[in-house]
Amino acid sequence: MTELTGARPVMAGIARLRTGRYVARGALYAVLAVGGIAMVFPFLWMLSTSFQTAGALLVPPPQLIPSPIETGNYAEIAAAFPLWRFLLNSVGVATISTVLQVATSAMAAYAFARLTFRGRDLLFLLYIATLMVPLQVTIMPLFVEMRYLGLIDSYPGLILPSIASAFGTFLLRQAFLSLPRELEEAAFMDGAGHFTVFRRIVLPLARPALATFAIFAFMASWNSFLWPLIIVNSPDLMTLPVGLSNLQGRYATSWNLLMAGSTVAVLPILIVYAVGQKYVIRGVTLTGLKG
Amino acid sequence: MIVGQRGWRHRGAIALFVAPSLVPLLLFTVGPMIASAGLSLLSWNLLRPPVFVGLDNFERLAGDANFRAAVIHTLGYVAGYLPLVLVGGMLIALALNQRLRGLAIFRTAYFLPVVTSWVVVALMWRWLLDPRAGIVNFALGLVGIDGPGWYTDPAWAMPSVIVASAWKDLGFVMVILLAGLQSIPEEYYEAASVDGAGRWSRFRNITIPLLTPSLFFVLVISLINNLQVFDQVWVMTKGGPAGATSVVVEQIVTNAFSYGQMGYAAAMSWVFFVVLLVITIVQFRLQRRWVTYD
Repeated sequence: MTELTGARPVMAGIARLRTGRYVARGALYAVLAVGGIAMVFPFLWMLSTSFQTAGALLVPPPQLIPSPIETGNYAEIAAAFPLWRFLLNSVGVATISTVLQVATSAMAAYAFARLTFRGRDLLFLLYIATLMVPLQVTIMPLFVEMRYLGLIDSYPGLILPSIASAFGTFLLRQAFLSLPRELEEAAFMDGAGHFTVFRRIVLPLARPALATFAIFAFMASWNSFLWPLIIVNSPDLMTLPVGLSNLQGRYATSWNLLMAGSTVAVLPILIVYAVGQKYVIRGVTLTGLKG
Repeated sequence: MIVGQRGWRHRGAIALFVAPSLVPLLLFTVGPMIASAGLSLLSWNLLRPPVFVGLDNFERLAGDANFRAAVIHTLGYVAGYLPLVLVGGMLIALALNQRLRGLAIFRTAYFLPVVTSWVVVALMWRWLLDPRAGIVNFALGLVGIDGPGWYTDPAWAMPSVIVASAWKDLGFVMVILLAGLQSIPEEYYEAASVDGAGRWSRFRNITIPLLTPSLFFVLVISLINNLQVFDQVWVMTKGGPAGATSVVVEQIVTNAFSYGQMGYAAAMSWVFFVVLLVITIVQFRLQRRWVTYD
């Protein structure tokens, strides 16, 4: 009823909208474009700077397309600093900690979503509580702990604190809870154990959630700065962010070199983002929506 | 007994599934958390054996001018940063919520800085804002403005950090608010149009109230994250010039790892953690006043 009587004013509204739409749409695109350029330009300027000579940068006006194109900046910075080693370290650390975080979180999430045991909810609450603890509260004891274990300035020291994730457990538990149980019950009837059900049924069904969390974990590890800054001293073990910040100490104003290093640091994560954008946005909104 | 065996196997399965994440969490988060409370009662530089000093660290903290300055700078940072990302993120989200072609590209662009490491963003902005050769001051010069020294000038250093931070996080706020906007049922708007509600009235009476849960979430997360501002400060200014951008986490890190005052830094981190907790609890208490859940 209401829909029928309401149809005419709605149509009139649409017609009215249509007249002013071109102007409004143009303005909208213009504003978004200006904002979009403001977002993208610093990246382009970084890329451009990384191909300029030091001299060209000091002579105004700034040139977006470098002339002459100087490709030696990358080689120069790689010769002075183990830049490729930084890159390798970042890839290795991020990959290992992502794989481990996804595995450990998925297993715990399965237990919290599908197994019943005494103290389960209390234990889950403990997981949630750790989400509230900021790194700077735990970082001093963690450092002392690593010192006792003899893991200062080592890969295990770098990676161990991020092989489990309460956030991932929480995220994946929610995903597992929303999966239908019929398949699992059928599998149990056929005599399958928990581990088989977990691996053969739950994990394949939850692939989107696993991908979302994996990309998140990877980006978090790739960009993490404070812990690697504190635990690692030797350049051979540094990840890109820490290496870059050290580079800055050395080449305070050699912007062409610093931007070459930054470009190397940013490209892999931009590729991950481009490939997994769907999951990244979904991850943000998933956690964002729960309010 | 079948039940007993099942129970035993069941328990084994639980241990197998939970232990791989529980053990690291206990060792590297819960344990250090508890240890940190004990550490705050010690005087310890890691070289000599620790000395128990009771609440001395907290007493000293109350009179620490550097810490007080850091707290004020942190609050100033948040006060400048929050309105920028909230208003900016809201405007972009509203624009992107129009169902027009090609908007996905803008969403990608706005989200680009969010996935980029803080160290890279901070270096980028140092270069953009370079007092002599930076492109921002060059552009300002074109319109006849003599650009300031930005991060080299105590008066402009914090605004520089704020601008870079807002630029980086705008996309994050936008994506969450956009998801909130898109979850508002179309029928509400249609019904309001039928009742003769204009565009502003629809925005005021439908969009805003139904968006408050998302706004609340963004506010809580942004406050927690940004009171802990560190990476950008460390790379852009190292807390300077002349301490103008010293912030709380930077003070904690400096005291612990530069001055070797583990206990004092732990006390700092606990005071700070409690403040964060109180702020978050207050926000949850206040949400009843302005957040609408349907």
